[in-house]
Amino acid sequence: MQPYIQFLMLLGMAVIAGTTMIVASHFLGPRRPTEVKERPYESGMPPLGSAHERFSVKFYLVAVLFILFDIETVFLIPWAVIFMGTGTLTTGFLLVEMLVFMLILFVGYVYVWKRGAFQWD
Amino acid sequence: MTLTVFWIFGVIAMGSGLLCITRKNPIASALWLVVTLFALAALFVLLDAQFIAVLQVLVYAGAIMVLFLFVIMLLNLGRPGPTDIKGPLGLLGATVLAGALLLLLRPLGQAPLPAEIQLPPGTVAALQQQRGMVGAVATPLFDTYLVPFEIASVLLLTAIVGAVVLAKRKL
Repeated sequence: MQPYIQFLMLLGMAVIAGTTMIVASHFLGPRRPTEVKERPYESGMPPLGSAHERFSVKFYLVAVLFILFDIETVFLIPWAVIFMGTGTLTTGFLLVEMLVFMLILFVGYVYVWKRGAFQWD
Repeated sequence: MTLTVFWIFGVIAMGSGLLCITRKNPIASALWLVVTLFALAALFVLLDAQFIAVLQVLVYAGAIMVLFLFVIMLLNLGRPGPTDIKGPLGLLGATVLAGALLLLLRPLGQAPLPAEIQLPPGTVAALQQQRGMVGAVATPLFDTYLVPFEIASVLLLTAIVGAVVLAKRKL
């Protein structure tokens, strides 16, 4: 529990700061709404249509690729913790191990790139 | 101290879980689910399962929820749908089912842990002494399970190729 006290304090302070700002601005700030002010902000343009639109299926590929490369980074966390070597595992061995892992996934990255999955056409 | 933190995050998890299943707007439901997953990550930390907590935040609250939100937006479900529970009869049915579920779960709360999943006393503390709990996961992963670890990258590669082939076919 002890190492997480600071983290809990940070979390608590974030919650307190966020709620205080919203509540204080609600009670202290002047509020004179007009029709223009109530409109959703769209870079200063008058909003075009509703935000509830169907999104392109191309976003789905981005999401799936994000998950896969996210899982790849997850393996880096335990690796980084023991990187300086532990017991029979030396730093060099761990480095080679992760390089092989990364190399196989780099093939996938190059494939995605060459197939043009990163292009928004 | 630990018990207080457990109660705080347990209540957050239960509350946001309830909000998740009662919201009519699917986007709001998905965002409450993110809160539930974060609270569960905190509970995992209390169980000395730091690596699972990191996974929970990175993979579930991060990547999987992005996929959930994208599916909601792709299907254009971002507006309230009809309620599942209709009228007093539906409410009565829901209450009876919830009561039955709680009744079924009650013996589980009192049952002792099976011997197979009970660690000998001091195991967790001993593992933590070495290099923290993440290190305790990492050492066998990169030592004993070296080959499955490398094969996992091939599995991920297959998934990447599969995703691109399926999604790019019609573009």
